[in-house]
Amino acid sequence: MDEKILEIENLAVEYRTDDGVVKAVNGLDLTLEKGGTLGLVGETGAGKTTTALSIMRLLPDPQGVITSGSIKFAGQDILSLSKGELRKMRGQHISMVFQDPMTSLNPILTVGDQIAEAIRLHEKISRAEAAVRAQSMLERVGIPPNRYSEYPHQFSGGMKQRVVIAIALACNPQLLIADEPTTALDVTIQAQVLALMNKLKNDFETSMIIITHDLGVVAEMCDRVAILYCGEIVEYGSLEDIFDHPEHPYTKGLFSSIPDLDTRASRLTPIPGLAPDPSRLPKGCKFANRCSMKRPECVKTDPPVVNLDDLHRVKCLLAQGKDAEQHATLG
Amino acid sequence: MQSKQTDRSRKNYSLWLSAWKRLKKSRMAMFGLALFAIICLGAIFADVIAPYPYDFQNLDETFQFPNANHWFGTDSVGRDIFSRILYGGRVSLQIGLVSVLISVTLGGSLGAIAGFYGGKTDNLIMRTLDILLAIPAILLAITIVTALGPGMFNLMLAIGVSSVPSFARIVRASILSVKEQEFVEAARLSGCNDAHIIFSHLVPNIMAPIIVQITLSMALAILSASSLSFIGLGIQPPIPEWGAMLSAGRAYIRNYSHIVLFPGLAIMATILSLNLLGDGLRDALDPRLKN
Repeated sequence: MDEKILEIENLAVEYRTDDGVVKAVNGLDLTLEKGGTLGLVGETGAGKTTTALSIMRLLPDPQGVITSGSIKFAGQDILSLSKGELRKMRGQHISMVFQDPMTSLNPILTVGDQIAEAIRLHEKISRAEAAVRAQSMLERVGIPPNRYSEYPHQFSGGMKQRVVIAIALACNPQLLIADEPTTALDVTIQAQVLALMNKLKNDFETSMIIITHDLGVVAEMCDRVAILYCGEIVEYGSLEDIFDHPEHPYTKGLFSSIPDLDTRASRLTPIPGLAPDPSRLPKGCKFANRCSMKRPECVKTDPPVVNLDDLHRVKCLLAQGKDAEQHATLG
Repeated sequence: MQSKQTDRSRKNYSLWLSAWKRLKKSRMAMFGLALFAIICLGAIFADVIAPYPYDFQNLDETFQFPNANHWFGTDSVGRDIFSRILYGGRVSLQIGLVSVLISVTLGGSLGAIAGFYGGKTDNLIMRTLDILLAIPAILLAITIVTALGPGMFNLMLAIGVSSVPSFARIVRASILSVKEQEFVEAARLSGCNDAHIIFSHLVPNIMAPIIVQITLSMALAILSASSLSFIGLGIQPPIPEWGAMLSAGRAYIRNYSHIVLFPGLAIMATILSLNLLGDGLRDALDPRLKN
């Protein structure tokens, strides 16, 4: 577990549009251990997908620009790779599962061909061998191999997502990024797909990043969780840290906005307000205008990242005192 | 058991085989295919079928109406129209096929590149083609043939080049509509290079408009060849060509209309068969319409 597969340091990404500069990711630090599963949680526009696309180096060109920071994959700096090296990396070492399986498969190629293609892009094997491999991949994701030559429209949504997963894992990548892999599926199928991903992740010894806004998915799959807000990680820690001892007001707000099965509430408790416009971010804490525990100094200074213990860190002024207290009690 | 299963899936594996299965269900498409096959066979085996050589003149039997000896009658110098139509098919079909092949490869690739890369590349390619498009196709063809000199291949080239812009525009527009779809991004994510994305993922998705355009262009190419022959830049006499026969017979249309009727029918039948076949192929090649 010690070996780091992915290290992101101080990553900042901007989208330069005609209407101004949109700061999508602002100084993001992340590490992922080999074999680990990281959940990136945040609301729409928090920079989850932008982070994933930066790792794949597939930000929209020329609008998306990585302005600072470094991304290291297995010790190698991704930002300095050439086009050809990037192509080799994509699919073979890092692959990605998209949100909507309906549109991420080519409608006029058979599913088997699409899996075989992914294999043949990275390995020098004959068509027949690739077809055999593709059939065994289909079998591994729970689709009968005799459906090799059927087209995407002949599959249900859940099965299409299985095919997408089969394509992503066809070359046995070291890192799988799943961008809201279950959002487009209904709940029963979600559970099946998540269980399948968990199983395959263990079988293939793949590390995984799951991007989601569904804390249930996180609880099911991840051992590390990062809560994103306005392109920053506001809280990071192990699954237990985040779920049992959330420290950041935003994380707490997320949990309290989930309906509780035991109490019969007629209304949910949402976090008031909206996330600030990413092209005009406030100077101080970006969550301050929605925070129920806001203090005057919050709007003035950008809160520092406070390490509560080895893993658990929070970007909030309120946590600063706790850090000292904890150290005091420990010492 | 396992291997049997593999064999079966390999069997209906090919896109063309399943397209053929679907094509067989469409009666109109099969009619078009049969008609086109007959025309092609007639042209290929003209030597065997034709009762007379194409340049055999019988001045005793000019302007004959269709009869037992001359099924389609004879023309102003007593040549058998039926034989000339069979031989003429060779020329017309070749011109149609080859010139469309030229324009679909040239125009298709240019359009695909323009649509896929966009921006400056797109502007450069499409504006250049716009210049070509501003010149009437027939005028352009005339210019090319006069520059290169008359001859079968030059004729094909001229007609092919003059319909490059229309192919490029259709392909570009279709590429634009599919390139933003997520599967393209997914293909890039799995490490495809640009050429692979264009030719393996995008082009198969836009076959429908291309096929329709091919059938229409083929008809147009045959007509353009006729026009060029008419002004003496196309096929040189005495080699028969449908369009040339048509124009040669126009002087006698009042009294001996069969001289223009049969070449006209031949052109019409070819175009009709191609259009029917094209419509059927367009549907058959789209697996989403499979039922």
